Amino acid sequence: MATFMKMVANGDILSIALKKYKCFIPNGSILVSRDYSISAKNHENYDIIITGGGMVGTTLACALANNRKLECKKILLLESGRQFEYKFEEKYSNRVVALNQQTRTLFSSIGAWQHIKATRYCTVQKMQVWDACSDAMIVFNEDYLTKEIAYIVENDLLLHAVNKQLTDKENVNVIYNSKIENIKLPKTLEENAQIQLQDGTKYKAKLLIGADGVNSLVRQTMGTQYVKWDYNQMAIVATLKLSEPTENIVAWQRFLPAGPIALLPLTNCLSSLVWSLPTTEAKRLLKVSEEEFVDDINNALWKVYPKDGIVESGMRALQQLLEGLSLQTGVIKQLQPSVSAIIEGSRAAFPLQFGHSVSYVQTGTVLVGDAAHRVHPLAGQGVNLGFGDVTVLVQLLAEAVVNGAPLGDMTYLRKYETLRQRYNVPMMFTIDALHRLYKGTAAPIVLARSLGLQLTNAIPVIKKALIEHASGQIGNR
Amino acid sequence: MRTIKSLSLRPMSTGFTLRNRLSEQIQEITKCDPPKKPTVDPATVEHHSKLSNKWWNVNGELRALHALNPLRVQFVRDGLANVGFKVECPYLPLKGIKILDVGCGGGVLSEPLARIGADVTGIDASSELITAAKEHAALDPSLDGKLNYIETVIEDYAPDNKETFNVIVASEVIEHVNDKELFLKCCISTMKPGGSIFLTTLNKTLPSWLGGIIAAENVLKLVPKGTHDWNKFITPAEMQSLLETYGCKTKLIHGMFYNPLRNEWFWMTSTAINYALHAVKRKRQE
Repeated sequence: MATFMKMVANGDILSIALKKYKCFIPNGSILVSRDYSISAKNHENYDIIITGGGMVGTTLACALANNRKLECKKILLLESGRQFEYKFEEKYSNRVVALNQQTRTLFSSIGAWQHIKATRYCTVQKMQVWDACSDAMIVFNEDYLTKEIAYIVENDLLLHAVNKQLTDKENVNVIYNSKIENIKLPKTLEENAQIQLQDGTKYKAKLLIGADGVNSLVRQTMGTQYVKWDYNQMAIVATLKLSEPTENIVAWQRFLPAGPIALLPLTNCLSSLVWSLPTTEAKRLLKVSEEEFVDDINNALWKVYPKDGIVESGMRALQQLLEGLSLQTGVIKQLQPSVSAIIEGSRAAFPLQFGHSVSYVQTGTVLVGDAAHRVHPLAGQGVNLGFGDVTVLVQLLAEAVVNGAPLGDMTYLRKYETLRQRYNVPMMFTIDALHRLYKGTAAPIVLARSLGLQLTNAIPVIKKALIEHASGQIGNR
Repeated sequence: MRTIKSLSLRPMSTGFTLRNRLSEQIQEITKCDPPKKPTVDPATVEHHSKLSNKWWNVNGELRALHALNPLRVQFVRDGLANVGFKVECPYLPLKGIKILDVGCGGGVLSEPLARIGADVTGIDASSELITAAKEHAALDPSLDGKLNYIETVIEDYAPDNKETFNVIVASEVIEHVNDKELFLKCCISTMKPGGSIFLTTLNKTLPSWLGGIIAAENVLKLVPKGTHDWNKFITPAEMQSLLETYGCKTKLIHGMFYNPLRNEWFWMTSTAINYALHAVKRKRQE
């Protein structure tokens, strides 16, 4: 109608036609036609590429595919090893993880927990930590009021459960035996991350996630600063037979001058050992006969160390003070179990390191799990930190998608980094500090840590905060 | 447009005079030279055109605008949810919605809206910016067919596109517009009854002068100097009454605050500096 009026009024049809042409026709043909053929020929295109098909990488792939806001994304998971095949064995594996509540929630949400539940796992309902050099001790959840503290699951079973869930996900493609030759990271949001395998295949994606472990190639390509040190310690793991069957629901940890020893429950007769030791000592223990090794374990659990007079009197003074304030003066110490034997051939050791990547993200690139951080196993938190990364990253990528942002957008990646570092860094340094604090036997240090431990045990608020942090409840918004 | 309204009130004797007057007025309204457009300030267009090659640098001069995206996309999504729009596809929450992004610039907001399923038409008076927007959109194949950029002004575009869109978005635009009444009237005319208009802009207050001009342009240099003119700012109350005049009921006014240190925007209750407004066009029987 307006056009008609214009024509009548002006009588200048030609100019209007031209004007119309100028304004509308070129724009009417929506956008510029594009030629993808060149890039598509060389690179197979994905939305997200995850390097590293370990526990964290596989879980991440599954959690991404499982999120309804991300279900349209094409995901590629690159694993350098062979396809993992799980075979159920009566014998327990010596590699187990202690999952906290948040991690368990993650596994329930991706449907993997049902497979674990159907096979086997063990709950930890109570935790007892005590010092070999004094009477100080702390007990978590001694009244069994809160939910389970942790769940002990074998690494293999965990990976199997996640893999099983992953097979249903049509938008995830897993490539095994994929050795990465070259990585090119995007510099701007418009570019893609490019990966070339040794066999020449090339892939590109808007977002590259490095879940490729301690020696992460993605991290090295990012060139981010990586803070690390060696503890000159090794952790020995083994599956232990207890002297007598008990209701095995307690995680035990004793701080010895050489390093902490921990027993995690598997069944009523079996426990899993994680024992941190100086490298030379660990290597010796790997070689000794199994009988001698068992003696050493019992010794580590039971041996009475000479107590320093100053520490003793200091602890007594604190006890009187706590009594005066009618705070908990010390819980009844439950007696730790003894070990009768180890499951044949279950002994193994791995070196302990501290490592932390100063940044976890850059445009179109993210690090998760051990690629970003590695901690001492004394708090059993390493893998939980990685799964915490997964939970938060999936949430933020889903947020990016509904806000119409590209997956590599730093707004969301930086948020991930902030949230995770705010959680991971204090945890990592606390663990590192604990390690240093419990290494020594000098009286003032022993006194300080004993008083600290006893006070923490006596003040419910601190204890609750500790247990909440360890279960992953804080720090994730 | 206002002239047409006044014309209809006058008694008209002959068809001849009608034709004559109509022709004059329509000529005035539809003149195509950008400098004479009542809503567009040529200096502003020139100022923004100069930034066309920097428009998509997320760390550059327009970083604050890029940082605003999470909030304003959420504002549109939640606003539509509040008026009863049901999301059917979780990853395309705006699927089926036709949006007109008025003053789209380089397409910083048009792209995310298109990416979450909307059919977006972006219009801007600057040919440089429209070119930049098209070039950038071409980099993402997923936007193919969802985005349409046109170099025009709303008063030219509106007459041929009456009641076409479900949603009108004019984000960080109206503070650059000369004739706000005509601007809103034209915007609203392109909107279907029951449709939503989403506006974000700066309030006309002392804090907005201190924060939006003195701090942002001169001290912190967050936006290029000369981006804003305080005299053109508009208060939420004025905006609301203008919207009411053209048949829109204001649903929500919310303050926004920018933290330059973190380059992040937050919602806040005070609308003293920046605010977002959501209004709904009344259906005819209302």
